[in-house]
Amino acid sequence: MSIQGFLLLAAALFSVGLFGVLSQQSIVMLMMGLELMFNAVTVAAATFWRYLGPGSPSDQVVVVVAVVAMAVEMAVGFAVTTAIFRARDVDVVDAATDLKDEP
Amino acid sequence: MGTITFFVLAVAASALAVLVFVVDSMARATFCLLGSFLAAAGEVILLGLSYLGTVIVVMMVMEMVIMAVFMVMYMMNPAGLMPMSMVHNRRGSLAIAGAVFAGLAVGIVAIRWPTTPRRRPVPRATFELGKALMGPHMLTMVLLGVTLFSTMVVTVMLAVSHGRYDRLGDDLKGPDR
Amino acid sequence: MVEPAPWWAVLVVPAVLGAFATGAVLASRLLAARASGAPSRPRAVLGGMCDDVAGLLVSRRRTTLASDLVLWRLGVVGVPVAAILAVAVVPLGHWVVDDLRVGVVWFNAMEILTWAAVWAAGWGPNSAFSLVGGYRMVAQGLSYELPHMFALIGVATAAGSLQVGSIVAHQRHLWFVVWMPVGFAAFLLSVLGFSFIGPFDQPAGADLAGGVLVEVAGVDRLVLAVGRWLLLAAGAAMAVPLFLGGGLGPGLPAWAWSVLKTVGVLGALVATRHLVPTVRLERWAPLAWLVLLPLTIVQDLVAAVVVLLR
Repeated sequence: MSIQGFLLLAAALFSVGLFGVLSQQSIVMLMMGLELMFNAVTVAAATFWRYLGPGSPSDQVVVVVAVVAMAVEMAVGFAVTTAIFRARDVDVVDAATDLKDEP
Repeated sequence: MGTITFFVLAVAASALAVLVFVVDSMARATFCLLGSFLAAAGEVILLGLSYLGTVIVVMMVMEMVIMAVFMVMYMMNPAGLMPMSMVHNRRGSLAIAGAVFAGLAVGIVAIRWPTTPRRRPVPRATFELGKALMGPHMLTMVLLGVTLFSTMVVTVMLAVSHGRYDRLGDDLKGPDR
Repeated sequence: MVEPAPWWAVLVVPAVLGAFATGAVLASRLLAARASGAPSRPRAVLGGMCDDVAGLLVSRRRTTLASDLVLWRLGVVGVPVAAILAVAVVPLGHWVVDDLRVGVVWFNAMEILTWAAVWAAGWGPNSAFSLVGGYRMVAQGLSYELPHMFALIGVATAAGSLQVGSIVAHQRHLWFVVWMPVGFAAFLLSVLGFSFIGPFDQPAGADLAGGVLVEVAGVDRLVLAVGRWLLLAAGAAMAVPLFLGGGLGPGLPAWAWSVLKTVGVLGALVATRHLVPTVRLERWAPLAWLVLLPLTIVQDLVAAVVVLLR
């Protein structure tokens, strides 16, 4: 049980999540990747609170912010998915490239 | 004891996280993700933040159940009975994710961290958090509240195709009452 | 006043919880037999229950085509496990398995595990009615959960602690139910909700041929049914330290008060099961969100003001 161990775990979760975000076509699966990345932030913040925290609860506040960000990401993500699916029958990211700068 | 718990939970969290993108069944993927979150919450509790860890358990179970509902709604093949590939740029993603992990790992190993926890987990960690959120970090809390409220409004606006006037008529009495 | 019990309490807790659940089942069957005119002597009721349990133990498990066996079994087993984990923080008189500093949140987390468990149990067998039952549990959970949480928040605010032992200690002069009746009512409704029993049995509704129960047979069905009643008993047991002063009371020892109060709450819940018809979810959800949720928030405001003025 050391700070390196906890941070390596956070890095692993972050990287796996990043892989998911970059590689998945389905919007729902992409959001699972995002959730994993947020989870890594939570673990890292808790680690810093334990090992480096200079006696202030700021790291705990970071955890709270990350958890809220997760909830917002889920809610907005599913709402957008629902809206775009209803409008255009789209459920994969490759079909939702409206903001891409087409040559 | 603590070290063994740490390793078991860490291996579980990482392995289940990888499984999320390996299994065919989306229901299993969601529950793998839930398992990964529960293991990570266990690590947070192990670090001494029992309140935040338990709150993460509460949140994640609710989120993952709701995610399962949406996944069945939007996936062509939620049970994975007809395995199909739903990935793009797999190799590039693997390379980027691997490079990021390598970079982070080098940083983590190379930096000289303090070897022991600077302070023991305080029994009043939860109380401290509450005081911080209602005191010096009040602005954070207010912003979180406003963000959550606007999220609720925005998601309802985006997701609802017809409101209560469509369902219940102009007088909101409804056909069945 | 509440102290951790020795290690063997871990083995005793499921037995005590099981005894409460068995009592609730017997009472419920007695009421049902009396209502339908069947033989309602205690012996006949006990015999009927033993027959049913033995029948489930010897009958075969059902297998379905292309089922998700892992999630199915996890879901079925998850329900009783969640109930047993939840009562780890509930004191019986002075004894408790572990009086966690965040006991109230722990109970909440274990109760929410049943959402995932019941959904998985509905998803597993690859059956439409079963899956609809699982979805109903999610909809029901989303309806009762916020009133449930606000009821817990009210109690925690009043006691200034998330620790169940400390909550009991704060009711030395006045039980919380006296000035938090709305929270108490919301909590009891949510107990019926998370054990999907009585007016909230839509996830296992008769209109779905049994909902999540439709494809489980044999020992699986027994485990799931036992899990439901364990959850009911766990909820009733938690209502006692939260609202009814735990083991506090004159004359009798603390454990006897805990048992008496739990039996009382459990009896009221079982009676509700037989007095109130099943509530349809599309009627319950608006009621929960538009009436019960604001009421519990006002209740929390009352608790906060009382704490400030005290």
